Amino acid sequence: MMEHTVKAFDHDIGQLRGLIAQMGGLAEQAIARAMETLRRQDLEGAAEIVAGDKAIDALQIQVEALAVRIIALRAPMADDLREVVAALKIAGVVERIGDYAKNIAKRVPSIEWHSEVEPLSVLPAMATLAVNMVRDALDAFAARDAEGATRVAASDRALDDFYNSLFRILVTHMMENPKTIGQMAHVLFIAKNLERVGDHAVNVAEMVHFAATGAHMAERDRGHSPVQ
Amino acid sequence: MTLPNRSKIEAKGVSVFYGDNQAIRDVSLNIDQDRVTAFIGPSGCGKSTFLRTLNRMNDTIAGARVEGEIRLDGDDIYASGMDVVELRARVGMVFQKPNPFPKSIYENVAYGARIHGLARSREALDAVVEQALTRAGLWNEVKDRLKDSGTALSGGQQQRLCIARAIAVDPEVILMDEPCSALDPIATARIEELIHELRGRYAIAIVTHNMQQAARVSQVTAFFHMGQLVEHGDTAQLFTSPREERTKDYITGRYG
Repeated sequence: MMEHTVKAFDHDIGQLRGLIAQMGGLAEQAIARAMETLRRQDLEGAAEIVAGDKAIDALQIQVEALAVRIIALRAPMADDLREVVAALKIAGVVERIGDYAKNIAKRVPSIEWHSEVEPLSVLPAMATLAVNMVRDALDAFAARDAEGATRVAASDRALDDFYNSLFRILVTHMMENPKTIGQMAHVLFIAKNLERVGDHAVNVAEMVHFAATGAHMAERDRGHSPVQ
Repeated sequence: MTLPNRSKIEAKGVSVFYGDNQAIRDVSLNIDQDRVTAFIGPSGCGKSTFLRTLNRMNDTIAGARVEGEIRLDGDDIYASGMDVVELRARVGMVFQKPNPFPKSIYENVAYGARIHGLARSREALDAVVEQALTRAGLWNEVKDRLKDSGTALSGGQQQRLCIARAIAVDPEVILMDEPCSALDPIATARIEELIHELRGRYAIAIVTHNMQQAARVSQVTAFFHMGQLVEHGDTAQLFTSPREERTKDYITGRYG
């Protein structure tokens, strides 16, 4: 893309994109690590993730300050304006993804991990799918890639299907093993959190699409399937 | 907000030459009755030249030649029977630098109305002056000193006086050529507010270098580049999602 006549403008936009990439990297890692601490029953690691969420929150504040500064000083137009607005909104969404990672980490002490237990056995694959969606959405932002964003939105259906089948497995498991209901309720919340992470990845993808093209993503690409 | 697209001026295939130099290339553009049209573009792009063709101000420049067709309510303004003085009363103009006559505030506004025979009596003329100054948002500031010289007013007041002067001859169209470029931000804001109030009563076209101003005051924006009309359409659309690469590069500050 051609440079701005005012070079400092390019520098500001570059800095904004850098902050989003950094935030996104931390949030994506937090989800993946929260799942890892659950599997390893690593309570210390889980506590670190809870504490580490503050770094994501701090980055969001930096993004907001920089975006407001760019709007005030540069009065961006067209794709620049869309990109700054998208960055502002994406920062808010990524911050929420960080909160879900924190929420998963907080539940680690309440769940005993047994990989042979069916609901637990499918959870890591679901988490991988959600994390990939977040990463792909942020990659699409970095590359201003509307098609990549559309693919992220389309993959949400698979995550929703995952959640729906896990929900059924969990209900069956709880009926058969009433003693585990306490733990499995936490697992259900984790699954729901992962499903929400996917929705937020779609939100990011929609903003990437708008920033890149100026048009909103077509409804059929957004892939909203009914979720229990 | 949807407004009917009633064209007040229709320009078709307009080209302007200064001697051998072609300043405007085949521009077709309508000026709506109810929507303010802003012309933007880099210096020398032809936006002011095009504006000046709309009331034949280019006639005063030696060697200037206009091709194509410009119609005001369907009448060809370059037709041989067109009275240019009458045309310029119907299509008024406000310039970059406020240029009041070195006469009283009252005379500045009354002059045009008097020579165009719009007021037969002193009372009628007083009424025209008061109405024009009121519409230009200047009446309350000057009503007690109408005999003071127009040049004694502040820059912003002088520009509103020039707008009052244009309004006094009961025009149908007001053309503004960078009307705020010599004004401070407060005076600029008052002119922008005035444009908003005058919209609908007069068809308005404005040339501006200030893109935020174009975005604020207009409903239609036309982007000129190297004598061509690159893109025109809904202002909100043009500033958020321009269709043409050249428009995007210009409005995002990537031009040149």
